[in-house]
This record gives sequence, structure tokens and C-alpha cells, in this order.
Amino acid sequence: MNPFLDSLATAARLVADRDPQLLHIVGLSLSVSGIACLVATALGLLAGAMIAVWRFPGRSGVIVVLNTLLALPSVVVGLIVYLLLSRAGPLGAWGILFTPAAMVIAQSLLVTPIVAALARQTIEDAMRDHGEQLRSLGATRLECALIIAWDERLAILTLALMAFGRAVSEVGAVMMVGGNIAGVTRVMTTAIALETSKGDLPVALALGFVLLGVVLVLNVVIGALRGWRIRGDREAGVLP
Amino acid sequence: MRLGDRMTPLLELRGATVRFGPKVALNAVDLAVARGERIALVGANGSGKSTLLRALHGLVPLAGGERRMAGAPRIAMVFQRPFMLRMTVRANVELGLMLQRVPRAERRERAMHALERVGLASEAGRIGRVLSGGQQQRAALARAWALRPEVLLLDEPTASLDPSAKREVETLVGEFAAQGITVLISSHNLGQVKRLASRVVYLEHGRLLADVPTARFFDGPLPEEAMRFLRGELPWD
Repeated sequence: MNPFLDSLATAARLVADRDPQLLHIVGLSLSVSGIACLVATALGLLAGAMIAVWRFPGRSGVIVVLNTLLALPSVVVGLIVYLLLSRAGPLGAWGILFTPAAMVIAQSLLVTPIVAALARQTIEDAMRDHGEQLRSLGATRLECALIIAWDERLAILTLALMAFGRAVSEVGAVMMVGGNIAGVTRVMTTAIALETSKGDLPVALALGFVLLGVVLVLNVVIGALRGWRIRGDREAGVLP
Repeated sequence: MRLGDRMTPLLELRGATVRFGPKVALNAVDLAVARGERIALVGANGSGKSTLLRALHGLVPLAGGERRMAGAPRIAMVFQRPFMLRMTVRANVELGLMLQRVPRAERRERAMHALERVGLASEAGRIGRVLSGGQQQRAALARAWALRPEVLLLDEPTASLDPSAKREVETLVGEFAAQGITVLISSHNLGQVKRLASRVVYLEHGRLLADVPTARFFDGPLPEEAMRFLRGELPWD
């Protein structure tokens, strides 16, 4: 039999049999990235809203930096968090390097700029169109931003899902700060990298399938949310 | 002599100037608004009507001059295209009350009362954005009216509506004015100005060029610029 097809068949069997090792890796991946996504959404939304509504010196510079951080390489984030959490680093006393907590911190740092930059754009565009009407009702600038964020909740949810997709599929940061320790910090991406280097392609492929499946489900949900929003706006006559 | 000078103004602008970058949107405008007046602001697009309403509300900073108020009158504003949140009509009407920290139970009661007032009680549970243009404008009027305003500022509230919706909104504005609410309305519809206003303010390029009783605005004499506007010779830039 073709080695590739053979690997595919073994991978499918591992997924179908709900292999305990596989399930643990998948569970850890989803929980680390899920928590990082929640943290990033809270921080990013707040930062994005504040930048959207407040005018302060250097604001344009902050926006340029924020947009640049959208393309932040995960290994750079991994390196920074590693330096911060390593024994000699400023946060070394926490003793959390090579734990899931360190991985959550790294992934949160990686995806917070994504949420912040896109939330700022979303809120600022809506503020330009509707901010004055909200202020005429007595809303402060921050209240305007919060009302608009609530009104754009589908767009914000889409951002959160995008952030989750980015977090769950990155490998550089979690590898550096997690250490890929079996049963402790091994997640899907680091396991795929390890198994591939060992030549154990069925396990790598099985994890790859699960990861692809997660990303696929995310994209389907994002697409559905977008479609729902567009349909709503079309019914309301906001879109042609 | 300007009409408002003889009355005790509820709201007043003195030498008000508003700039948007290099553009002077409002140029040293004096306007005194007495309680219960119905004032129409007329002028071509870009003449400063909307900016004047926003300056009266305090929504734009003045580059010069001052804004004075007798006490702290409650001011509400309705825009040409009202912003409806992706929430129910009732929640949209409650929004202003929520921002004014009105307790929940009172908020609900006042919102429903306002919706009944504008004939939209049956639509209270629908999503605000799916209402027709005329219904959205009535919901916006309900949102403003629920705040129990002493001054109602209306920025071309019927400009994008069909004739029947226009008539409905105009009737409501007339009823609000009859209740004693001070109304300032910007409009391109001179028939509407005649029907609703007791005083007309004419603006051109951000300057206030005429401030006269409605009858005099249509029968003259007026400054030459306002006469040209009435003859349909619009002062485009």
C-alpha cells in the first residue's frame, strides 16, 4: 500500500477510536487557545474601543504600531515571553515557564493586537456614522464605544473566532514557552511538528485532520455569522 | 433687529463660529431661541443648518463665540437618517432614557408611552433596523420625545421620506410644538416651513443672513441673498 494512504488510514483510525493521547492533546490545545482568545478579546476590545474614541498625542503612531503587530511572528512572541518568564527574567519568580499558563500568556499576546486593531477599525467606522446621534442622547465617548461594540457584536464575535483560529494554529510561541512536554504542554501544532520530525506520520496526520477540522468549523461559523449580519442589514435596507 | 432679542432666550448662540479644518461651517452666528418658539432653518446644502443645530445642542466645539442656556434645558435631536441599533424598537427608544440613568421600570413605561404617541406601539418588539424609513423616523421622534425635551432639534427629519411618511412626521412635530416644546427644524421643504414655523432663519455659507417671522420670509422684504434662494437661484459654491 502507498505509505501516504497507509498513514491516512491509521490517522482516521486514531480519530475514530478517540485515542486517549490524541484527545488529551486536542483538549489542551482547545483550552489553552480558548482561554487566550477570551483574554485577547477582553483586552483587545477595550484597547480598540479606547483608541477609537480618544484623541491623544501619538495616536496615529499607536495605530501604525497596532496594525504592524497584526503580522507579529509567533516565534518573536515566544522569545519575548520566554525571556520574561525564564528564571533570570523579570517574571521568573512566577515559575510558570513550560506550563500551560505560559502558553496562554504567549498566545494572548499574539492575538490581542488582532482583536484590538480590527475592533478599533470597526468601532471607529461606526462612531463616524453614528457617534454624534449617541452623544445627542447623552452618551459619553466611552459609552458610545460600548454601545457600538454591542451593536457590532456579530462583527466582534467574528474577530474573537479569527483570534482563536490564529491562536490554535500557531506553533512557534507555544513550542518556545511550553516546551512540548508530553502530557503537560503538548498541543496539536507542537505534536505535529514533533511526530513529523520522528517520522511518525499517522499521528501527525491525525492531529492535522483534527486541527483542520477545528479551523474548518471556525470558518463555517464565521461565514454563517457574516451571512446572518449581511441578511439582517439587507432586510433593514442598509445594504442593497 | 433680530426676533429673539426681545425675548428671554432659553438657548442662545453669540458670535458662534465652528470650523472643520480650514472650512468655516458657521461664521459668527447670533441666535436667541425663546421658550415655545418654532424656528425653521433654511438655506442651500452646506449653508450651515445642521452645524447650527449641532452647535445649539453642544455637539460641536465652538471655535469662537459662546453658547448660553437658561438653566439646563433638556435638549433632544432627531437626525435625517436616525440610527437604530440592532435591538428592538422599544430598546432603541429606551436607550436615551438608559443613558439618562432613568430606572428600568420607568424607562419601559416611558418608552411604551412614547411609542404609543407616535403610533408604533404595535412595532415595539420588532428590530429597529427593519422598520421602514418613515417608521424609523417616528421611532427616533419617540426616542427624543421620551426624554421629555424642552427643546427639540430636527435636522431635515423628512428629507428622505415618501410623501405619506413625511406627512405623518410633520403632524407629530406640529403636535409636539403645540405641547409647548421649543422646536428648531432645518428643512428644504418651504411648504413645511410655512406650516410648522413661526420664525425663519436663513443661512448662507455659514452666515445667518435673515431671521424673520415666517410671513415676512415669504412676503419680503428680505436681504438679496435670501430673495435669490426663494427664487430658486441656489448659492452653490
